[in-house]
Amino acid sequence: MNMLERIEKENMRYDVPQFRTGDTVSVHIRIVEGAKERVQIFKGVVTGRKGGAMGANFTVRKISHGVGVEKTFPLHSPRVEKIEVNSQGRVRRSKLYYLRNLRGKAARIREKGII
Amino acid sequence: MPRTLGILGKKIGMTRVYTEGGDAVGVTVVEAGPCVVLQKKTENKEGYNAIQIGFAPKKESRINKPMAGHFANAGKGGFYHIKEFRVDNPDKFEIGQQILISDFFKIGDIIDVSGKVKGRGFQGVVRRHGFKGGRKTHGSMFHRAPGSIGCSAWPSRVIKGRKLPGRMGNNIVTKKNVTILDIRDQENVMVIKGSLPGTNNELLQIFTK
Repeated sequence: MNMLERIEKENMRYDVPQFRTGDTVSVHIRIVEGAKERVQIFKGVVTGRKGGAMGANFTVRKISHGVGVEKTFPLHSPRVEKIEVNSQGRVRRSKLYYLRNLRGKAARIREKGII
Repeated sequence: MPRTLGILGKKIGMTRVYTEGGDAVGVTVVEAGPCVVLQKKTENKEGYNAIQIGFAPKKESRINKPMAGHFANAGKGGFYHIKEFRVDNPDKFEIGQQILISDFFKIGDIIDVSGKVKGRGFQGVVRRHGFKGGRKTHGSMFHRAPGSIGCSAWPSRVIKGRKLPGRMGNNIVTKKNVTILDIRDQENVMVIKGSLPGTNNELLQIFTK
């Protein structure tokens, strides 16, 4: 095996659950403020996954106080403590950029398995 | 100033690792050594102190006869790359001695790395020397040209060293003060913070400080 791949495999995280674009997830982020460390939960819809191996990342979108907020997380970062999959969504695109132009009811995503 | 002790290596590629604090760091993976001392150069004989080392084994059928004679002293087969490193005392080394990463380096060391940068071909002054260029629009007729390159009747020539368009890249560059993040002795691999010159599989000279 290529040495580069081997180093990547050693540094990757294998505790990440399977999730896809359109799923609703809660990302537990470790935030360091001075000496203190706390965990913040960012819950929203996965609007896309990008990259492979160590560079892989995913974007989560949520509406916070009426304003759309998107955050991109590196998949293998140790600062991401845990990813919880809350529900699976039924979507037909890999990147849900169209959600940015939609508000309220129109921005809902159908759940998987329910027709 | 003479170059210091070092080892030869090959750039494998770049990836990302995380520090214990969780910061992402871009790193370059380098396969370095094992190198073999092929010749010792001394003050008395050659006029300077150095060791000549070989890296990347070469098949016997690919070695020509003059080189085969040179390699025969060390008796460790032929090599694709041969370089010299200046040392204070060549007697500390023996011909045929194997050099590994851990002989000169340890994790956390600050080092210099030399390699040949990617060739960029014939480039203009904006890309090659960082000239600002002019406006693209608003009636501007000056875009990426070098502008005035000197005076008039006197000296009626262009001063030497004037920055002009030309071939860019494909020259040897030393990246100074890079940190070793990890060394793997079994695989002869070191992980270096940040980028290094050249393409993947490029020959690198790694110097101690």
